[in-house]
Amino acid sequence: MFEILEKRFLNDTVCEMQINAPLVAKKAEPGQFIILRTDEDGERIPLTIAGFDRKKGTVKIIFQVVGSTTEILKHKNVGDCLQDFVGPLGNATETEGVKNVCVVGGGVGCAIAMPVAEKFAKDKANVTSVIGFRNKDLVILEDEFKKASKELVVMTDDGSYGRQGNVCVPLEEMLASGKKFDKIFAIGPLIMMKFVVETAKKYNVPCMVSMNPIMIDGTGMCGGCRLSVDGQMKFACVDGPDFDGYKVDFDEMMSRNRMYADFERHKYEETCNLYKKEVK
Amino acid sequence: MAELPNMKMNKNEMPTQDPKVRAHNFEEVALGYDEAVAIDEAKRCLNCVNMPCVSGCPVKVRIPEFIAKIKEGDFEGAYQVISETSSLPAVCGRVCPQETQCESKCVRGIKGEPVGIGRLERFVADFHNAHDGKKEKVPKSNGHKVAVVGSGPSGLTCAGDLARKGYKVTVFEALHKAGGVLVYGIPEFRLPKSIVQKEIDKLESMGVKIETNIVIGKTLTIDELFESGFEAVFVGSGAGLPRFMGIKGEGLNGVYSANEFLTRANLMKSYKTDATTPVMKGGKVAVVGGGNVAMDAARTALRLGAEKVYIVYRRSMEELPARKEEVEHAIEEGVEFKLLNNPVEVLGYNNPNDKRDPKNGFVRAIRCIKMELGEPDEQGRRRPVEVQGSEFELEVDSVIMSIGTSPNPLIKATTRGLDTNKWGGIIVEENTGKTSKEGVYAGGDAVTGAATVISAMGAGKVAADAIDKYLTSK
Ligand SMILES: Cc1cc2nc3c(=O)[nH]c(=O)nc-3n(C[C@H](O)[C@H](O)[C@H](O)COP(=O)(O)OP(=O)(O)OC[C@H]3O[C@@H](n4cnc5c(N)ncnc54)[C@H](O)[C@@H]3O)c2cc1C
Ligand code: FES
Repeated sequence: MFEILEKRFLNDTVCEMQINAPLVAKKAEPGQFIILRTDEDGERIPLTIAGFDRKKGTVKIIFQVVGSTTEILKHKNVGDCLQDFVGPLGNATETEGVKNVCVVGGGVGCAIAMPVAEKFAKDKANVTSVIGFRNKDLVILEDEFKKASKELVVMTDDGSYGRQGNVCVPLEEMLASGKKFDKIFAIGPLIMMKFVVETAKKYNVPCMVSMNPIMIDGTGMCGGCRLSVDGQMKFACVDGPDFDGYKVDFDEMMSRNRMYADFERHKYEETCNLYKKEVK
Repeated sequence: MAELPNMKMNKNEMPTQDPKVRAHNFEEVALGYDEAVAIDEAKRCLNCVNMPCVSGCPVKVRIPEFIAKIKEGDFEGAYQVISETSSLPAVCGRVCPQETQCESKCVRGIKGEPVGIGRLERFVADFHNAHDGKKEKVPKSNGHKVAVVGSGPSGLTCAGDLARKGYKVTVFEALHKAGGVLVYGIPEFRLPKSIVQKEIDKLESMGVKIETNIVIGKTLTIDELFESGFEAVFVGSGAGLPRFMGIKGEGLNGVYSANEFLTRANLMKSYKTDATTPVMKGGKVAVVGGGNVAMDAARTALRLGAEKVYIVYRRSMEELPARKEEVEHAIEEGVEFKLLNNPVEVLGYNNPNDKRDPKNGFVRAIRCIKMELGEPDEQGRRRPVEVQGSEFELEVDSVIMSIGTSPNPLIKATTRGLDTNKWGGIIVEENTGKTSKEGVYAGGDAVTGAATVISAMGAGKVAADAIDKYLTSK
C-alpha cells in the first residue's frame, strides 16, 4: 500500500501530497504521470507527477478537487494509504537541445509545468515562465517557479494579484517585442492551451502541450485516452502525454473530456453529502 | 461386460437462465450439468481407441480417460486426469471454442452432435471446486527465481507449473487486479470472477507472489528483473492496443473500443448502481465485429439497459468467428445481427443554433455500406466487397469497436535484444517459447495476436517446461 507521508493545501481546493512509492520514484521523470485508486472499488484517475525524491522513495502529487475521487482523496490524511498507485506512465518531457524556453502554466496545470520548468533549468536552458490563475487566492507554486526561471510573470483574470489578463497577453508581448524562444511549453486548461498554441503559431514558435484526457489503464489497453493529432489517432497514455500543439484537435478533446460530465457532477454531490453527514 | 453407450443423437442440453430474465442481470447464463446429466452425457462417449478428440485439444487433455471416470461416478478422479494437462479447467470448460477444437473431431459428431466435452469439463471442475477443501501443498523450493509478466491465462499457467516444480515465482501485473482478459474482458455472466479468483488463490497458496500495479517497461524493465535476481522471465502481456477502423467520427463521445467498454463494465464494475466509474448505459448500441469480444460487448450493453443492440459485421453468419454458443445466446437475448454491413462513418450531433447543447459531440448514428461476399481470400474466407450506392444510416447512441488489437510496443521498446515480427508480435521458438533474448520466454496473445484462453495456457505450459530445462542445465 502507498502511504501518504505529507499533506498540505496550496489553496482552498488544491492539495499537495507526498506518497511513499519507491519504485515509481526511482524511475519518474518530469512530464510523466501515475494512476491511482483511493480505495478498493474506487475509480482509476491519472495525476501528473509533480515531483519525486529517489532517495526517500517518494512521489509528489498535486490535485485540485474537481470531482468525487479528488474529494475522497482530499479527506485522506497523513498515515492513510492509497489502494493503488502505478507508474511512472507516459513519456518524459523532451528538454534536450532547448536553449530558450517559455513555460506557460494555467491553474492547477502549474503543478505539471513546474517540474518541467525545473528540468529545463537543470538542463541549462533560459527559462521564462508565465503562470496564470483566476484570482489571488488560487495562486500556487510562485516561489518554485521563481527559482526555476530567469523571468517570471504572474497573471490573474481579475487582476487581484500580478498583472491582469490571461497568459497569452504577456506571451504575445514578448514574442512581438522580438524575444526568441526555441520552444513554448503550455500546460493548463484545454482552452488555455488552444490559445497559447494560436499565439505561438503567429510567431512560428514550436509549442508543446501536455494532454490530460480521461484514462483507465494508462498502458494502451483501452483506447479511452485517444485524441486526434494531425488527423491521426493517438493514445495519450503511450504516445504522450506531450504532443505538438499545432497538431492537436483541441475541440474534439474538449468535447471528449465532457463525456461523463453528468455522472461526475452527480457522483461529486453524493460524495460531498456523504462527508457533510459524517461531520455532523 | 461393459455397459452399452448412450446413443442419443443430441448432447444433453445445458440448463440456462431464461433469456428474458438473464438479459437484465449479470449472473452466469449457463448453469451447468448436475451429476445425473453428466453421467448420462459421459455415456455418449464411445471411448475411441485412437482418441480423435485429443488431437483437437491444444493442451492434449486425455479426454476419453476423464470421461470414463465420470461414467464411473469418480468425479474427483476425472478432475485429476484433466488437471495433469490443463491448469484452468473451470475456465476452459466455459470459454473454449470446443466446436472447432476437441468436439469437432468427435466421432459422434459425424451423425448427430458430438459429446459435450466442454460441458463435462466444466462439470468436473465445478465439482472439484465445490468439494475440495484441501489446501494446495507448498512445493519444496529449489531456490531458483522466475519472473512472469502479465497475469492472464498464459502467465498464470506458466507460474503455476513452475511453482509446482519448486521455483519461486513472482507475477508482475500492470493493472490493480490479476487475471488478464479473464477479469477485465470476459464478463461475469459468462465467466464468474469468483472462479478466476479461486485459481489465483490456489497459485498464491502454492507460494506464487503476485505484484499488481507494476508495468514492466515502465516501473521495472526486464533487464532490471534479471539484475534483481530473477534467472528467467516469461512474458505473457496479452494482445495489446485496441484497433479502430480509421473512419470519420471515431473521436465522438459514445464511441468505445470493446476493451474500454468491457473494462469499465467488468473490472471497474460500472454495472453496479453505486459504481464510481461511469459507462454509457441504455439507448441504441452498435457493436462492430463478430468475435467473442463483440458478443461479450453486445450482451453487456444489453444488460446495462440498452433498448436495442446491433452486431454490425461485414461478412455473413457462417464466417462469424465467435463461439457458436455465444452467438446463439446473443440471438436468444435479443441482439440483432446486421450482417454483411460495414461502417463507413460515425455521425455526431452538432446543433448549429446552440453550441452548448449537451448532445453536441455525441454519437447520433452510424453510416454503413452493404457488403456481398466475393472471391475467397488466401485462407479460403470469401472476401466481403462493398455494394456501390447501398449506404444507409443506422440510428445509435453508442458504437463499440471490436475489430481486433495490435501489439503493445512497451516491452519491446524497453528490452534490448528482444525481437518482434513485422506486426510487433514477440518472436519465439515454437516448441519452447524461447525468444531471441537469453533467459526470456514468451507466449499467449503477446506472441500470436488475439487468440484463445486455451492456446495461451498451452504456451504458458510449454514455456514453463522449457524454463525448467534451461535453468536445470545452466
Ligand atoms: C472480451 C473477450 C472475450 C474473449 N472470449 C474468449 C473465449 O470465449 N474463449 C477463448 O478461448 N478466448 C477468448 N478470448 C481471448 C482470450 O481471453 C485471450 O486469448 C487470452 O486471455 C490471452 O491470454 P494471455 O495470457 O496471452 O493475455 P491476457 O489475458 O491479455 O493477459 C495479459 C496480462 O498482462 C498484463 N500486462 C500487459 N502488459 C504488461 C506489462 N508491460 N507489465 C505488466 N503486465 C502487463 C495485462 O494487464 C494483462 O493482465 C476473449 C478475449 C476478450 C478480450
Ligand atoms: S488509458 Fe487506456 S489506452 Fe490510454
